[in-house]
Amino acid sequence: MATLRNFWQFVLGSLRIVLRGNAWYWLWVSALLVPIGIGAAYYVRQLQEGLITTNMRDQVSWAFYIGNFTFLVGVAAAAVLLVIPAYVYNWKPIKEVVVLGELLAIASIVMCGLFVTVDIGHPERFWHLIPGLGSLNLPQSMLAWDVVVLNGYLVLNLVIVTYMLFSLYRGRQPRKKVFLPLVLFSIPAAIAIHTVTAFLYNGLPARPFWNQSILAPRFIASALCSGPAVLLILMQLLRRFTRFEIDDRAIWKVAELMAYTMFINLFLLGAEVFKDVYSNTEHLVFMRYMFFGIGGHTAIVPYMWLSVGCSIAAFVLFLIPTTRRNPITLNIGCVLIWIGVYLEKGMGLVIPGMTPDTLGEIYEYFPSNSELWIAAGIFSVGFLLFTLMVKVATPIMLGEFRAAGIDPVDPVEHGAAALAR
Amino acid sequence: MKQTLPSRREFLCAVASCAAAATAAGCSDLTHTGWFQSRFREMSEAEKKDLVAGLEKSNTARFGKEVTVGVEPPMAGAEFGYALDISRCIGCRRCVYACVEENNQSRDPQVQWIRVLEMDKDKGVDFAHADAYYDAEQVPRDGHFYLPVACQQCENPPCVKSCPVGATWREKDGIVVIDYDWCIGCRCCMSACPYGARHFNYAEPQIPAEQLNPKTHYLGNRPRSKGVVEKCTFCIQRVRNGRYPACVEVCPVGARKFGNLLDPDSEVRAVLENKRVFVLKSELNTRPRFFYFYGL
Repeated sequence: MATLRNFWQFVLGSLRIVLRGNAWYWLWVSALLVPIGIGAAYYVRQLQEGLITTNMRDQVSWAFYIGNFTFLVGVAAAAVLLVIPAYVYNWKPIKEVVVLGELLAIASIVMCGLFVTVDIGHPERFWHLIPGLGSLNLPQSMLAWDVVVLNGYLVLNLVIVTYMLFSLYRGRQPRKKVFLPLVLFSIPAAIAIHTVTAFLYNGLPARPFWNQSILAPRFIASALCSGPAVLLILMQLLRRFTRFEIDDRAIWKVAELMAYTMFINLFLLGAEVFKDVYSNTEHLVFMRYMFFGIGGHTAIVPYMWLSVGCSIAAFVLFLIPTTRRNPITLNIGCVLIWIGVYLEKGMGLVIPGMTPDTLGEIYEYFPSNSELWIAAGIFSVGFLLFTLMVKVATPIMLGEFRAAGIDPVDPVEHGAAALAR
Repeated sequence: MKQTLPSRREFLCAVASCAAAATAAGCSDLTHTGWFQSRFREMSEAEKKDLVAGLEKSNTARFGKEVTVGVEPPMAGAEFGYALDISRCIGCRRCVYACVEENNQSRDPQVQWIRVLEMDKDKGVDFAHADAYYDAEQVPRDGHFYLPVACQQCENPPCVKSCPVGATWREKDGIVVIDYDWCIGCRCCMSACPYGARHFNYAEPQIPAEQLNPKTHYLGNRPRSKGVVEKCTFCIQRVRNGRYPACVEVCPVGARKFGNLLDPDSEVRAVLENKRVFVLKSELNTRPRFFYFYGL
């Protein structure tokens, strides 16, 4: 009972924290509420009129929404790049920031769920997917597996984060026996969400562009580039604007790991380009559409070259130790790799996979205004959720937000550093 | 599976009784139709009867004429097959429009289950050089042949495998059907189909009342809602009553043959035994029940 009461206090206290903030905080929150409002209005219209308000048609029946979903699954999986050095190699400076990775995973999975919801024709029939109530088509359907692993990953991260933060809030050391198995389990779980999402495309022989066994490894490689890029920027923001102390070594270590994953990402892309170009079969048509366009249909071509250019430039910046340690070039690299992977997963995976369609027709897809605003709204919901969670987590890790009767304590002894033990 | 149904309903009823929206109607009325409707495949005969009565009533009111909704099951000893003679087809697209009228496809936006591809004779069956938008006033054009494509009713259908909620399945007579009331509109099946046979209702389908075909089947040509996928069912409402599909009847050159693959005297068996046939994209191992042949 005491624990329950404590938890209730914890929830109320958290609410109080998110309702208090300086002018910058409120400016940021309102800046997010604007696209949320516009996106919601467009979504209401989409619900009334149908997916005709998008530019998807039978020829390109999955597009921008599903591309964003795919990209965000990757961001969610990225927390493992923090968990592995922290808990497998026991590297202390990163342990303190693992919670941030888990929070990012939660926000990303929520966005994933929203992107799938706006993509389907009958979202009110969601209960057909609930095992026992509906008829989840396991083990056959890859989307059914995706529903299972994504929800599982969401619950896993919620449990880990809540347990760790609630323990610190009560001035207790989180018990290794409880959280370590969960944290370690999150490593294969992160790989699983990405693999299953890749298999959703990979298992479709109707679409030769996706039906290549390199697809799942490429998904994971690109996820391990884009996800940590967000975390690197976030870590710098936190140590600037809060008392949170994040060791430079933690940032440099993540950046070093990203140099490896960026190389693997480019290598796998190169392997795929070689196979398609050198074999020069009829399946080359998809890559031709992607990088050169076909018969004047070139809507996505500039974005694809921009994506490749950004990914290569970011790799160079992260490869050279001086540029990955210099905060300016490091941040430029983070933005570049984010753009590179976003364009590649958001547009470059889904649209060329369906263009030309299975009967050879080229329908040139580009997202409609409605799709762009709804996507902006969903990203804003994710950023808002992440902002609120970080706003609560930070004072807990700094030892400022504590249960009644437990004095605010020295963060070095009992705050984030406690996680590092 | 039967035993799990009442508990599902009870649960949903419990949810409903909490929800203000569901207070107007009693739970017993809600279990067969509307949001709470269960899967057609799992319904008892009595439930199907209720469901159909409701659909007939609402469609009759909506279109101002008597609409029937059949639930005829597969006939014993029948597995349907289709054969299309591409040396006869002239690309007139009469099949496309007969199908639209028979199967109540949306007129606005246009949905068509059959797509006729114009191909170059010197390239053979090659989708990369196919044109679906040729001018039908001028057919057949020199140097071209025509390849109509609709659902291939695969024995190993990738669409059925991909559906996350089991809203589409293959019936005993070989017809791949969709439960429009169970489909969530995720379009996995459209990504999975190698033949572009599945079509999505991006907007509310518009059918002028005078053009509606009132003789419908639950798994076939009954009016659909927006947000669900549809496709050719070999005219399930006809073939399960011993009739030919509309496209077979309308074809002016007799290029379309249909029949029971298990009946040695059927037309489709005669084609399989006497002609050289092929199926589309055989390398994908979908095993279509739709065969193409050169009759001349």
